[in-house]
Amino acid sequence: MKTENEMKISFISKSENEGFARTAVSAFAALCDPCVEDIADIRTAVSEAVTNCIVHAYRGTQGIVEITARILSGNELYIRIKDKGCGIADVKQAMEPLYTSAPFEERAGLGFAVMESFMDSLSVRSEVGRGTVVTMRKRIGGKDE
Amino acid sequence: MSVKILEEENRTVAVLSGEIDHHSARGIRTEIDYAVREKQPQELILDFSDVGFMDSSGIGLVMGRYKLMQELNGKVIVRNPPSHIKKVMRLSGIDRLAAISSGEEGVCRK
Repeated sequence: MKTENEMKISFISKSENEGFARTAVSAFAALCDPCVEDIADIRTAVSEAVTNCIVHAYRGTQGIVEITARILSGNELYIRIKDKGCGIADVKQAMEPLYTSAPFEERAGLGFAVMESFMDSLSVRSEVGRGTVVTMRKRIGGKDE
Repeated sequence: MSVKILEEENRTVAVLSGEIDHHSARGIRTEIDYAVREKQPQELILDFSDVGFMDSSGIGLVMGRYKLMQELNGKVIVRNPPSHIKKVMRLSGIDRLAAISSGEEGVCRK
């Protein structure tokens, strides 16, 4: 699919950047005229993915989170969130709703479930020791507010 | 993000405002737990009327307070969550642990 527009940001995996990241992506997404609900969905999905980088990928350390967002022809939003953290050994297990590797920090284990249900598609590629790439897509519009 | 704690008879109301994510959840948790342990109320009301954003960190927050209130044989009521927050709550099934109330007083179990 043709890329109509693109943006990239990268930032240090500090928790105060969670708000920055979801706001930046939703400001970009606003260019394809989404409804209020689409924006809320996108903000939430991005927040989940970025939180995973901070809480899990770069646990006990600090690294760079890189986000690429594209508006594709047909008004489809593409978001890729990439880290070079510890990676996920068992992606299938990590994606199971309510599974968490950090129950004592009150993590609900719902990050991937939220991304999956709020976006049209979600793909997770990960390699232990090298990092994780989360890709999400969502068609914008076609729905009335 | 801010939390305002209101003490009423037998209940503690935590009025939340701003955005709830992993970054802000810790501070909110500390403030609520301090008030609850001090007062030992029968009901903890989490008022979401002024919360503009919440991701699944907010679910962890509600779940954790549910466990705390269970230790005290009390309950948690989630008051007035805006629609996009209700959507996250429904996905998590948290509405089975904490009643979601949409008015000031009335509690409607879905």
